[in-house]
Amino acid sequence: MPKKVVISGADAVAHAVKLCKPKVLPMYPITPSTLIPERLSEFVANGEMDAELILVESEHSAASALYGAYATGVRSFTATASQGLALMHEIIPIISASRFPAVMAVANRALSGPLNIWNDHSDTMSERDQGWIQLYCESAQEAFDTTIMAYKIAENENVLMPVMVCIDGFALSHVYEPIQIEDAEKVDGFLPEYKPLNFLDTSKPISIGAFAQPNTYFEFKEQYQNAMLKALEIIPKVSAEFAKEFGRSYGDGLAELIEMKDAEYAIMTVGAVSTGSARAVVEEMRKKGKKVGIIRLKCVRPFPVEEIIKACKKIKSLGVIDRHISIGYEGPLATDTKAALKTSKTKVTGFIAGLGGRDIDRKRIAAAFETIIKGKEGYWLK
Amino acid sequence: MAKETKKENKKVFSADGKVEITCGAIITNPGSTKAYKTGEWRTFKPEIDQAKCIKCSKCWMSCPDAAIYRDKEGRYLVNYDYCKGCLICAKICPVKAISYKIEEK
Repeated sequence: MPKKVVISGADAVAHAVKLCKPKVLPMYPITPSTLIPERLSEFVANGEMDAELILVESEHSAASALYGAYATGVRSFTATASQGLALMHEIIPIISASRFPAVMAVANRALSGPLNIWNDHSDTMSERDQGWIQLYCESAQEAFDTTIMAYKIAENENVLMPVMVCIDGFALSHVYEPIQIEDAEKVDGFLPEYKPLNFLDTSKPISIGAFAQPNTYFEFKEQYQNAMLKALEIIPKVSAEFAKEFGRSYGDGLAELIEMKDAEYAIMTVGAVSTGSARAVVEEMRKKGKKVGIIRLKCVRPFPVEEIIKACKKIKSLGVIDRHISIGYEGPLATDTKAALKTSKTKVTGFIAGLGGRDIDRKRIAAAFETIIKGKEGYWLK
Repeated sequence: MAKETKKENKKVFSADGKVEITCGAIITNPGSTKAYKTGEWRTFKPEIDQAKCIKCSKCWMSCPDAAIYRDKEGRYLVNYDYCKGCLICAKICPVKAISYKIEEK
């Protein structure tokens, strides 16, 4: 029987990981992701999980061991946040370049400096170009479900790209919610045993991590791009399969459209904090007869261009809430969305909000709606 | 919804057609380094004067690319496929048997 429990978002990820049965767990705890390695080490110590937990000396080593685990041909997992992810940066593109279908949870936290432990998206958004699929969650249940789906997406033979499961630090990682923990047999049915394509095997020797000359490096990058574009097809399929099996879905797995059917004005959000407030504001505005909606982007990489074009067909003006700024320009989601809608009539306005844990409350979201409805310029939702 | 996707087995090659673009950049045939002729990098081309050579093997031992070899007659020769022209051999030779000139291609 599936179990109903009240646990935190980070705990939900750990429970999902347990059901996915990774064999190696390289861990280096960092706030606010710490609860994930904490719980996983309990599972291993209690004998609930048959995995090798490696307490590594840094996140650089955690990512390296994640790579090493996949090189031996087994499923693996790690979790991190902020500076931890930044320290992994050197290894991040090497994992994707080797087409290792790794899964990593990131409890989103602001990057230093100044030093800050609170939630924004500067850590994962800064890694968005490195060949990892990025799936952002809104609830603890979604964090649980997305972790299981992440392995299925990553391990699809036409994808074979790693996945970051992103949960808002504290606002989701530390918030307790009632969730349903699924049966191990049912998860086994959904996520079959991992069958690696490339791994070090003495009976079939290969070299991994080889040097690529100017005559090949370019084509390899093209290969990763094609695989990521393939993921745009696979993610909705896995999402539909998950819905069929477990009865839950989050839009089509790429984006969730909230009150978008007849909407004229919309806000694009990512993650739990901005979406939660936006839901409340949209509910209030709908009561007053305003035709407003939300595009909650679940998948930031690969960027679901067609999805966004389709969702914005009747939208006069779209406000994009970025929780990260590409210093010197604007929010990266705003840039991407403007490019996606370049031939559309929808006006795109970027907002920077919630940096370093600043709240994105209803007042701020309402102000963003007012700005786009009145056709004013976007600004800092301070 | 996307159509049923099957694994695509079509082989892809680099623009010059010489290297297969494998999934995950793996190498399945060993010895690929040997096929990479680093001698192309050379600016200075060392030449061993066999009349002066005393066969002390210092150049053979010092070459960082193992690009000096000994033939059946015991002569020391340069393998220009891999010699990068660092001239350590010329510097180390006790009898100044190794001269060099600017490589011309």
